[in-house]
Amino acid sequence: MTWNLNSDRPIYSQLIDKLKIDIIAGVYKAGDKIPSVRELASDASVNPNTMQKALAELERDGLVYSQRTSGRFITEDQEMIKHVKNQLAIEQITEFFEKMKQLGYKREETMQLIECALRGKENE
Amino acid sequence: MSNILECSSLVKKYGTKTALSEIDLIIEPGHITGLLGPNGSGKSTLIKLINGLLVPDSGVIRINGMTPDVDTKKIVSYLPERTYLDNSLKVKDIISFFEDFYDNFNKEKAYDMLNHLKINANDSLRKMSKGTKEKVQLILVMSRDAKLYCLDEPIAGVDPAARDYILNTIISNYNENASIIISTHLISDIENILDEILFINQGKITLKSTVDEIRFQEGKSVDALFREVFKC
Repeated sequence: MTWNLNSDRPIYSQLIDKLKIDIIAGVYKAGDKIPSVRELASDASVNPNTMQKALAELERDGLVYSQRTSGRFITEDQEMIKHVKNQLAIEQITEFFEKMKQLGYKREETMQLIECALRGKENE
Repeated sequence: MSNILECSSLVKKYGTKTALSEIDLIIEPGHITGLLGPNGSGKSTLIKLINGLLVPDSGVIRINGMTPDVDTKKIVSYLPERTYLDNSLKVKDIISFFEDFYDNFNKEKAYDMLNHLKINANDSLRKMSKGTKEKVQLILVMSRDAKLYCLDEPIAGVDPAARDYILNTIISNYNENASIIISTHLISDIENILDEILFINQGKITLKSTVDEIRFQEGKSVDALFREVFKC
């Protein structure tokens, strides 16, 4: 697994994003046990305390839960996973429109371009 | 639980030159701290004081509540800037030496790491490249079950692939109650494994923060901030 951490955003928020994507993409399935903090930290080559902080936040959000003795698990709540998925999708889209705005495109123009680009792909 | 390292108003002078002035510092158990500063800022002086190789001119330094002496050396594992090992010795002999010398030396751990890095224990140091020698030294230091690891420029001469392995060994081997102090110039290589960072300049600690705090507040890496702060 590659973590691809960049160097200007806080590490812990990048870890949260990466773990969320892994949950959404089904790398970890609902109800799965996730590796220990130490294993994950070593895999991502990050400080274990930082990984611990990221997992604690996912736990606060309810995406993972811990069982005192047996470790951490992914939530079995499919709705919640779907919700997080939508949330991330909306973030991506918002960011995209923001970038298009910087390029000088109005919303309608952007929409037209999307149509165009999709048609172009189909014709390939 | 007492702090693993406490310095208060710590001063060290070399003749008329002040190497460290009025350092106040606390390092808690379970933390990896990066000691970052330009050449001649006082990093190695601080590490030598921790290891009892230098004596402060004034102020207090305590390791686990004790002044640096024989007892603190039992719990501090130190990687110096320059090697003190005899070049004619074979790695396996040095390992026996360490095993004999330190109660908390774990021979299996050492051999395991040597194997991983494909270093032959029957080779003598003389035959090895600079980087391989550095690896051997770091393996020896990290194979001790210490409370405080002081690593003075641990990865400078080591290739990037081995660097990754070494950093991984550092994060997977130290136990949760131990602390590590790493002095280095290779900030971007190690910043992901640090809890805290200390900027030290002209004998003073100019910044104490965490990697994520810096990234959050400044929107840049510790490496980038360092280049900005210490721009020549």
